[in-house]
Amino acid sequence: MKDESTRRQFLGLAGGAAVLGAAPLATLRPAEATPATMTTAIRSVVGEAVVRTGRVKLDVPPLVENGNTVPMTVSVANPMTAADHVVSIHVFNEKNPQPNMGNFYLGPHAGRAQVSTRIRLADSQKITAIARLSDGSFWSASVDVVVTLAACTDEVI
Amino acid sequence: MAAALINVPAKAKRGEIIEIKTLMSHIMETGYRHTAEGEVVPRDIITSFSCRYNGNEIFRADLFPASSANPFITFFTTATESGKFEFEWIGDKGFTATASASITVE
Repeated sequence: MKDESTRRQFLGLAGGAAVLGAAPLATLRPAEATPATMTTAIRSVVGEAVVRTGRVKLDVPPLVENGNTVPMTVSVANPMTAADHVVSIHVFNEKNPQPNMGNFYLGPHAGRAQVSTRIRLADSQKITAIARLSDGSFWSASVDVVVTLAACTDEVI
Repeated sequence: MAAALINVPAKAKRGEIIEIKTLMSHIMETGYRHTAEGEVVPRDIITSFSCRYNGNEIFRADLFPASSANPFITFFTTATESGKFEFEWIGDKGFTATASASITVE
């Protein structure tokens, strides 16, 4: 008798928790960046300029186990002289809550146009790195990444 | 208190390109997570990082919630003269932290 009552209580509690848990999850799920918002974010950096593919190398593992910490290296094959150098590197994504991942500002003093950091990825998606050169041109590289365990944007803590 | 890890070569030849590695301990709370009660955990991230070499800014970064916890950033610079690298992190909730490293250029 006693055993049964605790089992019923447990089931009732579990069911109630599921209902309570589901409602805030559905309403609070943040809007994710879409290819359209990524395009908008890129346009806000490059303006009307043409972004050409090449020169930039974006190193991200193609298969990621844990989206919370993903090593990323962006390098640009360009000399770093006062007349011709990389001014900045911008990284964007498609499916994180925000399309921006980082802006890095360099200068001719850097000697080598290369930046490394660690990023979060909320889903399998495409990442794009764009470099702005001192002559005003933009170059880009994109990589598709498969993420097994997503970063914790929806996690309840 | 905030803890920074900085890796700068102690010595370099003049004109040599050196790598600088920085790590700042910080939770980098995205502002997209929520508690079991459904309340959003407020955003708490580092938004800006900069590095100055003898007073001149040589590197700056804007960070977003897409940066992992304990942001790790590496970049390069040309060793031109002996002196000091000064690093600064600025973030939400009035977070600021600084660190510095010295270099001898021969």
